[in-house]
Amino acid sequence: MTTLGVFLAVVRRDLLVALRRKSEVLTSLFFFVIVVSLFPLGIGPEMDLLRKIAPGVLWVAALLATMLSLNRLFANDHADGTLEQMALAPVPLGLLVAGKIFAHWLVAGLPLVLIAPVLGVQFDLGSRPLGVLMLSLLLGTPLLSLIGAIGAALTLGVRGGGVLVSLLTLPLFIPALIFGAGAVEADISGMGAAGHLSLLGGLLALAAFFAPWATTGALRIALE
Amino acid sequence: MIWNSPGEFFAMGGYGLYVWGSFGVCLLALIIEPLLLAKRRTEVLRSLRRELSIKEETR
Amino acid sequence: MSTITWKYASPQHFYPLAGKMIPWFLALTLVFGAVGLWLGLFVAPTDAQQGQGYRIIFVHVAASWMSMFLYVVMAFWAGVGLGFNTRLSSMMASAIAPTGAMFAFLSLWTGALWGKPMWGTWWVWDARLTSELILFFLYLGFIALQAAIDDTRRADKAGAIIALVGVVNVPIIYFSVMWWNTLHQGASVSLTKGSSMAHTMLLGMLLMALCFWMYSIVMTLLRVRAIMLERERHTEWVARLQEVQS
Repeated sequence: MTTLGVFLAVVRRDLLVALRRKSEVLTSLFFFVIVVSLFPLGIGPEMDLLRKIAPGVLWVAALLATMLSLNRLFANDHADGTLEQMALAPVPLGLLVAGKIFAHWLVAGLPLVLIAPVLGVQFDLGSRPLGVLMLSLLLGTPLLSLIGAIGAALTLGVRGGGVLVSLLTLPLFIPALIFGAGAVEADISGMGAAGHLSLLGGLLALAAFFAPWATTGALRIALE
Repeated sequence: MIWNSPGEFFAMGGYGLYVWGSFGVCLLALIIEPLLLAKRRTEVLRSLRRELSIKEETR
Repeated sequence: MSTITWKYASPQHFYPLAGKMIPWFLALTLVFGAVGLWLGLFVAPTDAQQGQGYRIIFVHVAASWMSMFLYVVMAFWAGVGLGFNTRLSSMMASAIAPTGAMFAFLSLWTGALWGKPMWGTWWVWDARLTSELILFFLYLGFIALQAAIDDTRRADKAGAIIALVGVVNVPIIYFSVMWWNTLHQGASVSLTKGSSMAHTMLLGMLLMALCFWMYSIVMTLLRVRAIMLERERHTEWVARLQEVQS
């Protein structure tokens, strides 16, 4: 089977598994929506203030929703022995990991990108900033999945997993947060989002290269 | 010497709380850490001695 | 030469060597500390803008430098332990972490106490302080991960990965926080541009940094000895140690 063929096979398999466990998928999406709605409730309905905090709030909520969904990445396959099979397969583990991360993003990250504009409207964001928001999340959510995968692999089967993953990965998410939310703010203030978005894209390229490698290393350590 | 009196030294031009709060906590940390380490060492040695004496008895 | 280096790579031989090194580094700590404090508290002149309050830099800057330096050294030893599968290297990394975290905390604490009289609030989202906060989180993550994994070799290797990922990310994080701070015209906790760095100020900072460095070496050596005793408890050489026999 070709490299691409293997990659797509893994993606297809993970998508099928996710489709059968729809509740898990929808939970993180609902979490995103609910967390975003909490902020106006906690801060007050003043539109001026909400418009200002909107990029940050939406991005932080996306971070947290991604955090929540990370345990699904490897834990289920580890529990039923599939992960060990993958490690023993004659195919490079890195390729399989990349496929799993991509599938994870399709299921956990892409829905956030699609629903963000709806939530952005609740904060009275204009149409151009909403576009920038979508673009920033489109670049950012795969980045979050890639970085998060490292944390998920390191904490495989470790007690206190969920909180530990947060402690490990949230600090690493910060540059994405700064450039992602910053892009929207830059657009609103008239400075233009190009700089932020290119930096975000650069980080994505870097992570796409290194993260699967680090994740594979972490998985092998966990499976020893 | 830049201080005219001990009082001046401790007051630090009005910033006494902040300056001594900083130096003080640093000193405290640099004392507490070795103390905690000493405690860790005595605990390890105690448990090692216990294990060793059990081994001797059961030989 | 190679026999000497490889010999001390084993815990059995490094343990007594470390024990012998400790008093020397302790002496250096005290000497550098004494001279540094004397310069910082008795010789360095008052700052034109910040009065006597600026003297906090003598501990703040040293603590910051140490927290960053120790993280890199920790990541180095963790990486060596991962790559060469040497137990002692991984033990060194684990030994450094708590001291590094402590200096990160001290950097934050002294930074807050410096910021309060200058800016009026107990916390200032200054680029360097914010980066230091994130570094503190990275230290905590490393320590927590190793504490959560029971199998020591897995803990060593997992810690190595997070430390290496962290060390690569630190420049990225620092750059992004700088970007974030300058765009938002944030406050800055430092000597203002108007201040000139008198020679004594610079020398004082350097000596305090050296003091903290020597201290870190002492702590790391003490801690790695404790780790060795804990991990190698079932070996002959530990059983034969004087302190265990008595």
